[in-house]
Amino acid sequence: MNQPTTQPRRVVADKVTMAHGGGGKAMRDLIEDVFTSVFCPPGMEDQARLMDPAIVVPGAKLAFTTDSFVVSPMEFPGGDIGKIAVCGTVNDLAVGGAKPLWLSAAFIIEEGVEISTLRRIAASMQSAADIAGVKIVTGDTKVVGKGSGDGVFITTSGVGVIDPSRDMLAENVQPGDVAIVNGVLGDHGAAILAARGDMALKTEIPSDCQSLNHLIEALLTAVPETRVARDATRGGLASALNEIADAAGVGIEIGEDVLPLRTEVKGVCEILGLDPLYLANEGTLVVFVPEDQADAAISAMKSVEAGLGAVVIGKATTKHPKTVVMRTLFGGLRIVDMLVGEQLPRIC
Amino acid sequence: MNYTDEFRDPVAAKGVLAAIENVVTELGATKEKPVHIMEVCGGHTHAIFRYGLDKLTPPGLEFIHGPGCPVCVLPMSRVDECVEIAEDPKVIFTTFGDAMRVPGTKKSLIQAKADGADIRMVYSPLDALELARRNPDREVVFFGLGFETTTPSTALTILQADADELTNFSIFCNHITVPPPIKALLDDPHMILDGFVGPGHVSMVIGTEPYEFIARDYGKPIVVAGFEPLDLLQSVLMVLEQIRDGRAEVENQYSRIVPNEGNPVSIAACEKVYQPRPTFEWRGLGEIDASGLRIRDRYRAYDAEVKFDIGYGRNNVFTAEQEGCACGDVMTGRIKPRACPQFGTGCTPEMPLGALMVSSEGACAAYYQYGGLDLEPAE
Repeated sequence: MNQPTTQPRRVVADKVTMAHGGGGKAMRDLIEDVFTSVFCPPGMEDQARLMDPAIVVPGAKLAFTTDSFVVSPMEFPGGDIGKIAVCGTVNDLAVGGAKPLWLSAAFIIEEGVEISTLRRIAASMQSAADIAGVKIVTGDTKVVGKGSGDGVFITTSGVGVIDPSRDMLAENVQPGDVAIVNGVLGDHGAAILAARGDMALKTEIPSDCQSLNHLIEALLTAVPETRVARDATRGGLASALNEIADAAGVGIEIGEDVLPLRTEVKGVCEILGLDPLYLANEGTLVVFVPEDQADAAISAMKSVEAGLGAVVIGKATTKHPKTVVMRTLFGGLRIVDMLVGEQLPRIC
Repeated sequence: MNYTDEFRDPVAAKGVLAAIENVVTELGATKEKPVHIMEVCGGHTHAIFRYGLDKLTPPGLEFIHGPGCPVCVLPMSRVDECVEIAEDPKVIFTTFGDAMRVPGTKKSLIQAKADGADIRMVYSPLDALELARRNPDREVVFFGLGFETTTPSTALTILQADADELTNFSIFCNHITVPPPIKALLDDPHMILDGFVGPGHVSMVIGTEPYEFIARDYGKPIVVAGFEPLDLLQSVLMVLEQIRDGRAEVENQYSRIVPNEGNPVSIAACEKVYQPRPTFEWRGLGEIDASGLRIRDRYRAYDAEVKFDIGYGRNNVFTAEQEGCACGDVMTGRIKPRACPQFGTGCTPEMPLGALMVSSEGACAAYYQYGGLDLEPAE
């Protein structure tokens, strides 16, 4: 765990100005005072030089991923853009079976952003990195003029290692396999909608934003035969299931009566005419395991905080290949298609 | 969740479905010779597919999906005029989100936005009014769209703008009303409808009296219905029972929301602000008498048609539908969405050719999303 700097703060300005992107002393002060003193990367070179025993295991694979984050508002109940930027990339690595190790963080900052906001975002990123057990080892900052951005945009890339014993792929899913989610659906999407204040919704729904790597480790230790894991981010559970059905050539049937949903999220969906299956999540995944391993998977997931709400929601089937259907509360079946270009606010 | 779960109770639904099956049998209706019930409102169409009600009701009952989706009946010429207003550099054009993707002859509003027009999605006309207050040097235009569910909020916004003496706010009024297209459908010599499920939220505003002509003059039953699955099933049963008993009445299943007299405050506000147009164009249905609303001269300062010299009745151009688009035939119940040659190939929710594919309340989008296939359950 990194300790916050005890040195006096070098950046005394209240807000970011174009000078902070100019390449001179102001920029160096911003980077070192606001970011690197918090992230404490090893060495101060432009590139990180990295070593971990896991990468020299014969047959191990490097996993490498990148993601950009533009969420508005930048801070919301349950998280902020910094926490999402770390958790999102950690999760992209983890759902592939990789152990996440190192992240980069690149910031595009709009002129006028409060320095105190940047400090909160950096602290939130380091806290999320500590929880996930990853290090933020390199980065970049750019400042753009007022109106050329919207607050702060963050791009994180992540490197992890996949143990040779692991091979999680959507193609692995077989008819009969059981689909399990780790908890309630749609919290992040609903939280952002409520936090934007456009709707004057009085309810405060916290985002589910969290890292999932410890959950996946616990699951893979108990059930190495786990076929695939997907985090249900943009496009929600519906999109994750459709991708799996398509890749594996199976049908998937889920039950409306077993979908875990917070009452407040149901309420937001009722008011706004949204379908919770399409709402974004930032800490929710779906996994497929062989049917006879379902109980073992559920109890392994429930041993980790991020998996306390683990529940079976459906199964893969030979029927209606490449199509996801839901058995409605009424016993009717309906198609759960991919999300089609919706005009939703920036959610991640 | 209170007040919704009770109306989604599968056990209660089984009882109503059994009763529906009985009446359909008593009527002697079959898959080949079904009884036809039109749900007028797009919200009902959406609910039917979302809950799979069409799959649960007997084959002797066929739903015909009515013209009650405001986005779906919007002619392309109206969209073109929206784009023209929005592309004026001094304008901030505001609209409900579901109008953004409706195709015009050249482009949709979402394409115009990408081309640089200042188009913003709002959730209420009052949000547009607030934008006008905050941007005194810009002209803020709100696209007034929809049936009697949205007309009162637009009317009240105009009254508020008038009280505040705002000079940079106007409404592009394309509001329409429900009873005239029902009359037009009933006057169609090829009409096959046996009864109607009436719109719930529209009726909350206008009450049940405006539907009396359906029972009185045309001898058809209509039941005003709520939007939960049990509401819909119960309403369908009520329509079927009327048909069986040889009755034709206006009944109100949604009495927990809909007072028979409607909402007098809303009716008064609309009366004050709007007057009916002699005629108005509906996509797929053509011109229908007294089916559209315009802003009264008293409030012409807030009428974008006056401010921009644009709109229905001024240099009006009728725009032909896209080649191969069969929205009109679907909307009048002549064909099912899947019978349209463009369905799912030339016309999808991503790239809609016709308006019925745009809104989630459109019959084609609902078929595409929820009901397109005969599904086999997993073991």
